Amino acid sequence: MNRTVQILTGIWVAGVTVAAFLWLPPAEGFRSPEAARIVVFHVPCAMLTFVAFLVNAVYSWKYLRSRDPLTDSKANAAAELGMLFAILATVTGSLFAMEQWGSAWNWDPRETSIVMLMLVYAAYFVLRGAVEEKSKRARLSAAYALLAFPAMVFLIWILPRIVESLHPTNTLFSRSGLDPKYRITLWSFFAGLLAVFVWMFRLRLRVEIAEARLRRQHRRDTMPEATPAGETR
Amino acid sequence: MNRSSSWAHEAIAVFAKDWLLELRTRVALGAVVLFAVTSVVASGFALAPPSGVPAEVKAALLWVVIFFAAVAGLSRVFVVEEETRTADALRLAVSSTGVFAGKLAFNAVLMWTLCAITVPLYLLLLEAPLRNASLLVIVVLLGSTALACATTAVGAIVAKATMRGALFGVLSFPVALPPLLVVIHATKAAWLSDNAWRVAAGDLQVLSGFMLVIVPASVLVFEHIWSE
Repeated sequence: MNRTVQILTGIWVAGVTVAAFLWLPPAEGFRSPEAARIVVFHVPCAMLTFVAFLVNAVYSWKYLRSRDPLTDSKANAAAELGMLFAILATVTGSLFAMEQWGSAWNWDPRETSIVMLMLVYAAYFVLRGAVEEKSKRARLSAAYALLAFPAMVFLIWILPRIVESLHPTNTLFSRSGLDPKYRITLWSFFAGLLAVFVWMFRLRLRVEIAEARLRRQHRRDTMPEATPAGETR
Repeated sequence: MNRSSSWAHEAIAVFAKDWLLELRTRVALGAVVLFAVTSVVASGFALAPPSGVPAEVKAALLWVVIFFAAVAGLSRVFVVEEETRTADALRLAVSSTGVFAGKLAFNAVLMWTLCAITVPLYLLLLEAPLRNASLLVIVVLLGSTALACATTAVGAIVAKATMRGALFGVLSFPVALPPLLVVIHATKAAWLSDNAWRVAAGDLQVLSGFMLVIVPASVLVFEHIWSE
């Protein structure tokens, strides 16, 4: 991502945030019309959580086919960002739930599914911590990510539709669902957040690559006369 | 011999070998059944009438007991191969699909045994209402099979990692959660509902659908977990 794109992303996200407060009308029909603006931040966070999970699954699959360590780092970076956006979605959702439904937590199916999503990520990180050897860690965590994927699809797409939910369904893509101004702001914020996601993802990878290089350097410096593998005395 | 029948033969051989070993030591069976019986007796002691605990709570509790009992034993079938260092020999002798199918069958039978002991005992001790017994049998059978399907590949992952016991519970919970949620709902229906079959029909479909997705997914990734 070059400098121009970064600056444009910053201006775009800041602009959409200001527009969400100045240009967007309060949402009539909600208990607290002013607070309902949070929807345009909350929904994109939840959507990005799923995007991150999808990216994680795709790179996990690619890793199993290629066994390329960088692909494993990509899968891990996506999972870390997914966790971050899951927390953001939960916090913004809880704030709004407190205003609208009177309590921060209602065991709504979507609330349940995001907690489960966070549990999957947490389990993924625990697994990564429990395996010392790098290639084995990459292989096992990729396999686990792909096993958890069908379960997540069920929790996100099927469960909220078979159990009664406080959340509305089918608002994003149907014409009648959302006021046009809200729709524009929401999708604009999603676009901005997606750019931030890509930016953070690439930063995370650069850190990972730099760390690996430092470790190699360190090994060379501490063992100047290291013998090549197989030539131990 | 064509390919499909060869892995089926291998699976049967792995299944027979594992049960032979299991019946000699009875480690997995002992752990699973003892865990379940202890928790059922403890909850029966605390919750039997006239405690007034609603049947909804009892349905959830039954499956929590079954799930945690399963966690105590379902990873055994892979851990034992690593502990006795027989995994390499098995890798040479049998295709990975054959191994997975054999181990999955072993875990399914282990789950059925567990449920055959736990569920009647639970009904007896907690005096759960039972409107529709045939539905309950189907629900328990499908639910226990789904749990075995969901957790067998996780067991293979855990066998290769450190702190296996704790890790298996943590890793299998998210994968096993969809069938658990559905099966609790269906069990409630079998206990309370007058038109239980209609209430539980969707649940049974979701359970079967879940197995149809998770088993091929497990077979696909198992190849990569199992081969060094």
